Amino acid sequence: MIKKTPLHAKHVECGAKLVDFHGWEMPLHYGSQMEEHHVVRQDAGMFDVSHMTIVEVTGTDANSFLRKLLANDVNKLQKPGKALYTPMLNEQGGVIDDLIVYFFDQTNYRLVVNSATRDKDLEWMQKVAKNFEVNILENADYAMVAIQGPQAKERVATKLSEAQKAAVDGMKPFFGVQADDLFIATTGYTGEDGYEIMVPKAQAADFWQLMLDADIKPCGLGARDTLRLEAGMNLYGQDMDDTVSPLAANMAWTITWDPEERDFVGRTVLEQQRANKSTDKLVGLVLEEKGVLRAGLKVIVGDQEGVITSGTFSPTLGHSIAMARVPRSIGETAEVEMRKKHVTVKVTKPAFVRAGKKIFD
Amino acid sequence: MSNIPTELKFATTHEWVRKETDGLMTIGISEHAQELLGDMVFVDLPDVGEEVSAGDDCAVAESVKAASDIYAPISGQIVAVNEELEGSPELVNSDPFGDGWLFKIKPSDESELEGLLDAEGYQNVIDED
Repeated sequence: MIKKTPLHAKHVECGAKLVDFHGWEMPLHYGSQMEEHHVVRQDAGMFDVSHMTIVEVTGTDANSFLRKLLANDVNKLQKPGKALYTPMLNEQGGVIDDLIVYFFDQTNYRLVVNSATRDKDLEWMQKVAKNFEVNILENADYAMVAIQGPQAKERVATKLSEAQKAAVDGMKPFFGVQADDLFIATTGYTGEDGYEIMVPKAQAADFWQLMLDADIKPCGLGARDTLRLEAGMNLYGQDMDDTVSPLAANMAWTITWDPEERDFVGRTVLEQQRANKSTDKLVGLVLEEKGVLRAGLKVIVGDQEGVITSGTFSPTLGHSIAMARVPRSIGETAEVEMRKKHVTVKVTKPAFVRAGKKIFD
Repeated sequence: MSNIPTELKFATTHEWVRKETDGLMTIGISEHAQELLGDMVFVDLPDVGEEVSAGDDCAVAESVKAASDIYAPISGQIVAVNEELEGSPELVNSDPFGDGWLFKIKPSDESELEGLLDAEGYQNVIDED
């Protein structure tokens, strides 16, 4: 049976083209994914992300458990509500999932993980938790809406209570706060300003309508993918998975090496990879001529090769961009095998657009 | 349900053909095809003067979703291409049977038109998809 979020009826009402996304019937677009992309870069758009999984980690060992489970260090989180992006690795140093962890106190954390990886994530967490005093519970009480774009916060504010407005006032990026019934976080997956808001399921449809009334446009998975790719954000299952090291996925910045005694899962393998520079790396590719780079295409680097992990037409830039996992020896350009011919692409850092602006040379 | 003009002929690969009064054949892709492809980002058109045979892949419609070959529904010479698509590929989405036309062929054998589908036949093809 295909799963539906509490916002399913609203999507149908908004004219969504629905697709099966890892077992969830989700909006691909509501007419034009290109227009939705531009709305988020220029104004304010919203996405139903209720399919994502919320996991509450509590108990006396919550802190030490997460310091074992996650490659980034939750001890970086000192202020209540502060969030951290981190991979969760297996013993071979492969990425089981990437997730966001919110800190409330040393015995109370909230994790948001991908929907497609839900089962294996929970299984793995239970396995690692064996020697810890910790409770791992899925929280299925919430729907989740991401509201993104330069006007997002302002538009949302027009529909918040005075108490909610006070709670989010001046909140820095990557924080979350419980404000009445809503959990409001300054996170996102688009490279724009905005919120991700958890709302009790029973109120989800009314909340969506409230946001529509605030002139926030509904946007689907299509735009979500082109936005995150422009912003240089990885998509699990595409840019990395269980067999890929975070060092080969532009995620070195999410690994906290100090203190050396912290023995997080996967550390031994990662340290060797780091010392030997033995992994590939993730780069950005730019094609300024006609054509679209697509996932799976071969990248030729001298006598070696790499692969495009995500590729699309960038609506903001007007040409194609991609992320590719390639040998470290790659230079300033590379060849991509595309529709029976080779095209030359520019190699960049894997991030292209932030806050509506091009960010590479 | 897609809109299918009855004055056009169709290929099973979703191209349409309109016989113009000057004897030229205008080619485009159907409403149904553009819907499947999604927002168009590039259209790679053939060169004017090129000779094509029915069934040749002679153009590429590239959308946000996929690159898709376009086949010549009839044989002949390419005599015009829709230059507007260079700057406005979205015309293929907004007006597939009108301003979103792709190219014109001077047919070498007009009887090939008889082998193509009428609107009803094309509707059956869509229904089977």
